Parts: sequence; structure tokens; C-alpha cells
Amino acid sequence: MAEAPQIPDEAETRARWGGFAWTTENAVKAKEIIGRYPAGRQASASLPLLDLAQRQVGAETKTQGWLPVPVIEFVARELDMPYMRVFEVVTFYTMFNLVPVGRYHVQVCGTTPCMLRGSDDVLAACKNHGLAKGKTTPDGLFTLTEVECLGACTNAPMVQINDDNYEDLDYDSMTAILEALARGETPKPGPQIDRQTSAPEGGPTTLKEMVSENHDYRGEWA
Amino acid sequence: MPKVKVDGVEIEVPAGATVLQACELAGKEIPRFCYHERLSIAGNCRMCLVEVKPGPPKPQASCALPAADNQEIFTTTPMVKHAREGMMEFLLINHPLDCPICDQGGECDLQDQSIAYGRGQSRFQENKRAVTEKYMGPIVKTVMTRCIQCTRCVRFAEEVAGVEEIGAIGRGEDMQITSYLEHAVTSELSGNVVDLCPVGALTSKPYAFEARPWELKKTLTIDVMDAVGTNIRLDSRGRQVLRCLPRINEDVNEEWATDKTRHAVDGLVRRRLDKPYVRRDGKLVPATWEEAFAAIAAVNAGSSVAAVAGDLVDCETMYAAKALVTAMGGSLLEGRQTGMDYDTSSLAAVNFNTTIAGTEEADAILLVGTNLRWEAPLVNTRIRKAIKKGAKVFAIGPEVDLTYRVEWLGNDLSVLGKLPKNVADAFKGAERPIMIVGGAALRSAHGAALKLAKSLKLVRDGWNGFNVVHFSAARMGGLMLGYAQKGGIADVVAGKPKLVFFLGADEVDFSKFDKSFKVYVGHHGDHGAHHADVILPGASYAEKSGTWVNLEGRVQRGERAVFPPGDAREDWTIFRALSEKLGQTLPFDTIEELRADMGRDVPALAKEGLASFEWNPPALSDTAVGTIDAYPIKDFYLTNAICRASPTMQLCSAELLHGDELAEAAE
Repeated sequence: MAEAPQIPDEAETRARWGGFAWTTENAVKAKEIIGRYPAGRQASASLPLLDLAQRQVGAETKTQGWLPVPVIEFVARELDMPYMRVFEVVTFYTMFNLVPVGRYHVQVCGTTPCMLRGSDDVLAACKNHGLAKGKTTPDGLFTLTEVECLGACTNAPMVQINDDNYEDLDYDSMTAILEALARGETPKPGPQIDRQTSAPEGGPTTLKEMVSENHDYRGEWA
Repeated sequence: MPKVKVDGVEIEVPAGATVLQACELAGKEIPRFCYHERLSIAGNCRMCLVEVKPGPPKPQASCALPAADNQEIFTTTPMVKHAREGMMEFLLINHPLDCPICDQGGECDLQDQSIAYGRGQSRFQENKRAVTEKYMGPIVKTVMTRCIQCTRCVRFAEEVAGVEEIGAIGRGEDMQITSYLEHAVTSELSGNVVDLCPVGALTSKPYAFEARPWELKKTLTIDVMDAVGTNIRLDSRGRQVLRCLPRINEDVNEEWATDKTRHAVDGLVRRRLDKPYVRRDGKLVPATWEEAFAAIAAVNAGSSVAAVAGDLVDCETMYAAKALVTAMGGSLLEGRQTGMDYDTSSLAAVNFNTTIAGTEEADAILLVGTNLRWEAPLVNTRIRKAIKKGAKVFAIGPEVDLTYRVEWLGNDLSVLGKLPKNVADAFKGAERPIMIVGGAALRSAHGAALKLAKSLKLVRDGWNGFNVVHFSAARMGGLMLGYAQKGGIADVVAGKPKLVFFLGADEVDFSKFDKSFKVYVGHHGDHGAHHADVILPGASYAEKSGTWVNLEGRVQRGERAVFPPGDAREDWTIFRALSEKLGQTLPFDTIEELRADMGRDVPALAKEGLASFEWNPPALSDTAVGTIDAYPIKDFYLTNAICRASPTMQLCSAELLHGDELAEAAE
């Protein structure tokens, strides 16, 4: 069933967010963003402005941030666009949250490469840590979402937590990350095993001579 | 002019035509869902696939492909057949098999095209997607599971109606068409999305489950809800009109109709006057025609007689009443019920001279005291088209949302005498400037507007840019027939007629006529009937063949769809019968004879089409003082007796115009 978006009660969100306006800092940023596009093409700024607004809501609520209806309308007014056009954009991109989320939005990739490399274990780690799909934990810390491919298949399985990717996970490292976040620490983003970004595990497998110094391979070409 | 070959036949197509249009010119039918002549090209249903050479060896969406010289187009090859079958199968994957309970059944593009171009059965065995219903207002019923995401409704709302409240949210399989936060769509043209929807996703709410299209008798006639004269088709079953659809007339309504035109028809069976009434001891009691006529004859009015025409009457009715009044020796005829008294010595000065279609060509537009969105919604859509071509719009009057960007010059009429520099410059540089004067300004600024028209040279070779917008269907016809006194209805009051005929006139201030014997000839028990001494039940616009003249002077004739209820009769026959009782027998026994007489009286009414009025503006006082405080139409949905009797229009008014007040009352 394709449900209509389950947005929170309109009257409540209007009461809470009706007076939304940029902070001084964000007002400058918003002006700069709109200035990137030629006059009459402000609609192009809808994505960065919505992101900025979501972050501001996040900062105000100490969460990853979401987009209440009045905030969407505020952005639409900023850009002189009809509300519906901006609402369409918000509903199209999964990165915009239409409902409040926790401080950490845990987005577990469940698409084929990650699944083959053990995303089920990652999800199990989340579940055992009290997270449930589509829900926010009672302490307001975590929201779990299963998402489709986030484009880091080389380092599968992976999760995206707010702005950081945590890669090459297994049950234990995922649990460790969640515990660290719960303690208020910031675990090191990127691969959670001994590996440099998406380079091969355990060091290079090709061009090994190039690791320490420049090497001329040309003589070795057959 | 590229030459293309369609299925081996070479034809020449206009530059800029698409492959689909080329195929149509060649007489080939191309199935389509998202493509619509009057909307932008979306190219998202993929049903119009054809094979094109030269080009990639795959089917091409013909609606979005420009026709080019030496193109060879094939519409009957196996590739095209397979492509259409494939698209049809995809479209039907998530479409429910609920045709038997779907209101679109029988006039459904998807149904017709799946028969013509689809496969016999589906190979899809999974669960179908279902979509929750959306709320779009009192006019549009939604069954969104049936939606095939052609986005015609979204494009209509944005491009034609100018109300960007419908959109597609979500993406992929979860994409859904909805109004913003499921609020009612606040457009007076929302009913058109029902016609545009190629499937049964958007259907008419008031007409839901009323009838099947093949049961209905279709009658071509003219709408009377405003002065645009929308060409309509009334679909009736038995004695009831069940729905009203627009007909295509490029000069008038293109293929749109307002919600009032479409949905006021349910008022035709409510609050009807179906027998004559006579007032006895201050109370209206049912009577026979004989008794009613006798009561009128007993007035013994002599020549002290007048006729006041309402907003909806046809020329035949007005002519018959005029003939009777004249035969009795009277001359007091008036159609402007609310007291307007603008000069009518030259009809061109109160006509929409640019013509409705011509408005599209305008490049500078000045609105003077008109809320065009309510007074003539289908002229408003033409202005939107003109703006798309680059026109600039200025307006004098209280600010309202006209669905487009307007530069408001305040509501002080003296602006007409000294236009701000930017406005004057815009008009100086314009090749086809127009001015549209509405009822709110006509009274005190008619002369000033004419003077401005002269100084701005609005009337030039082959172009007349001076327009007056009326919103009563009877107005132009009435003015042509002489239903206008110099001082307006005040002259009629001053004439102290003993006997006054009110032809469906409901907006008159009846307290001024308390000394007169009031005969109401009309079809709805509204304001006019309450004050009448005798009520003669007449026929509504759906129940008579009549001639109406729209605001641009276009004479149009409509046919009778159903018979009037009970004892009610066609209005002209009432006057013919009454004339005999009053000893002034009118010289026509059939409507043809009446029309011949009317044609002798006003030759322009004899033939359908645009009547021409010579541009000969009267000399009027050209100073305009005062301000426009409000526009004449207070409630778009309740402007005449028929829509006031219509539950759908009452609902629209309550919800779309007074929704906030209702919500407050509920709290």
C-alpha cells in the first residue's frame, strides 16, 4: 500500500514551528546559496536550502533534524515557489525527514552487495541495541531506517549515521559504534577494519612497488 | 515546413510539430495518456511509441519528438505493436480491475486503448499496489489506485488554472498524485481535471454513481452561469439533467468550463417553480394558469407596464416580454438589476471588443475594477496565456489573487487620468494593448476609461483593445434588445409602472416596487418569487431552446435538454398566452416566427456568430473620482438562483470561500 506520507499533526507542528526563521548565521548562508543561481532560477536552490533548514531544525532540537510543514513553507516563501513544488522535492528525496528523528539517524543499507556481505548482522546488532526499523528509541538517541544502496558497495556492509559513513561492519563493530554514540563519543568514521578507505584489505595487491617510492614499470611490460 | 512520411504517405507538417501531430495530420490514430493539446508535453506515459527512421532502432515517444525533414514514421509495424502492448501491460500492472464500479467506465481512455492496443490478458501475478484516497475538494472524487501518473491534472493546475496545489509526491512505485496536504484545491476550474483524467482516478464527486454515459441524452447548448457563454453539453436522463460538460469552441471556452458551469445543474431540480402562484391576502397560493392570467389582467395596467430582465434569460424571452410591453404601450425595459446605469448609446463601448480569443495576443493589459477570476474565469485563463507570451498586467482595484502576477496600482480611480510612468511606458511600447473594465469601475469611470483608451490608442488598425467585462449571460442580449434605460433601473422605478414583469430577476431591490403589481416569470423560488404578486413558472436554460449573446457579442444558440417540471412552460409561450388575455395578441405562434420577428427588430440576433458593433464611443464625463472598494461578485459560487439552489455550489461556497469561518465556528 502506497500510504500518504504520515506527517505529524498539522496544528501541532504549526504551533511549534510556525515562527521558523533563519538564524543569523544561516541567513547569510542562505543568501549565499541563492546567489549561486541566476535571478529567476531560485528554484534550483531548493535542495541546499531545505538541507540547511533541516540542519537548523536539527540544531534546535538536538537531533539529526527534520522538515516540519511550516519550515517547508518557509523555504518555499524564501524561494518564491508554490508550497506544493517544494513539498514534492521533500517527499522525493529520502534524505529529507518528514517526521522527527533521533539524534543519530542510523541508515542501514540492505541492498544486495551489503546484504551478501552481512547487513543482516548489522541490523541484528541494531535490533539488539533496542532499535526498531522506522522507529526512534525512547531516549531519543537513535532512529533506524533500512535504506537502499548508498553507493559504498566496496566497503559493504555499511551504515550512514547522520553525515558519516561507517563501513566494513560486522555485528561487533556495529554494536561498538552504537555504544560509543550512546556514550556521547564520536567513533571514527570510515572502514571499521584495517583498511585505508576503499583500498584492498591488508595493503595493496597491485602496483606494490609504488607504495614506498616511484617505480618505473615500463621495462617490465611484455 | 518539414516533409515527413507517415506509413509511406508523404505529408508536409507545420514547423515545430511533433511526430505525434504529424501522424494525426496523416490520419493515424496514436494512443496516448499524458499528451494533451492544451498542456505542456510530459512524455511520461510512453503510450505513443512509434518507429522513426532515421534514428535509434527502438520505439520513440512520438509526443516529445519533433518532426524533422525526411523522417519516416511507422505506426503499424510489429515493433510498434509490441511496444504498445508492452506499455499497456505495464500501465495495467497496478491498475485495478474495477471497471464495473468505476464512474469512468464507458468513457475511459484506458479501457478503450487497452481494448484497441493491449494484450488479451495480463501476465502479472504479484500483488497490485494500492494507494490511499486523497481529498481534493467538493468537486473532485479520487480513487488514486486507478491513477496511472500521467500528470495531466498537475500540469492543468499549474499551467491553465494557475493554482499550483496539485502535485506528485514520493517517487518510483510510491509516487502519488495529491493536493497540497490534501487540502481542497482552491480553483474555480478544478472540475476540468475530471475531464482530463484519462482513467477513473479523478471523477466528479457530485455525479458519483449517478449514471453511465451510454444512458444519457446529450444536448448541445450554452451555459448561462457567466457571460462567457461556455459551449456545453448537457447530459440528461429522463427529465433530469445529470451533468454538464464543456464542448470545444476555440473562440470561447477552448475546452474548459468552470465548476459553476459544471455543477450548478443539480440546482435545476431543486426549489423549482412548477405551478403558477397568486398572492391572496398577502400569501402566495397555488393557482391555475387561468387564475394567474386573470389576476394580471385585473390590474388593468394600460400602458403603465415595465419589464426587468434577470441575469440568465435568453433573448427570446426578453424579446417576447419586450413585444408585450411595447404592444401595451409601455417602454420601460431594464436588465441591469442592481442599479447600474452606464451609457449604452454605443454598444461597442460596453462590449468585449478584443474578443476572448484575441485576449491571448495582448502584450499590455490594464484591468480596471474587475476581479476577472470570478467575473469571467475563462477570460482569465486567456490572460494567463498572454502572460506566457510576454504580456504585462496592471490592475486598478482592491488586490485579489488573480492566479498571475499583477502590478496593482491601488484602488483609486483617479489613476486613470494620470498613469504611473512605468504603466504609460509599457502601453506606449505595446503593439496590442488592451484594457478590461469591470462592473466595479463602469459606473463612475466609464468615460475616464474611454478617454484613456483614446489617449493610449487602444483602438487601432485591426485591433480594438477596449473591453468591458459583463458577468450576466443575459446582459449583451438585453442591451441589444434595448433592455437599458438611461438612468438604469431608477428610471423604471421613477416611471411608477402599475405592472412589472420580472424575467427571472432576483437581484432587484423589490422594496422600490412595492406600489407595482409584480409578476415573476422564472424558474426558481428565489428572491424574486418571494416578492411577486403572481408567479408564472418558466423554463431554465436547460429547458428551452434559446439565444444568448456573450460578453464579446457572440450570438449563440442552445437546444432544449429536458422539459420544464410540472406546469412550467417555456417563457416566450407564457408571454404569448398572456398577451391574448390582455387583448394584445403577439404576432408569433412558434419559436421560429418569434426568431424571425426578433431578427427584424435586431438583425444581429438573427444569425449565430460574432455581432459587430461599430466603434463610436459616446462622449461622457471623463473625470473619474472615488475608489473601488469591492468587486460586484461577493461569492463566486452563489451568483444566481440556480447555483443558490444547488447543494454542490453551496458546499463549494461554504468550504472554499468560507472554510476558515466554518473552522472557527467549529472550534
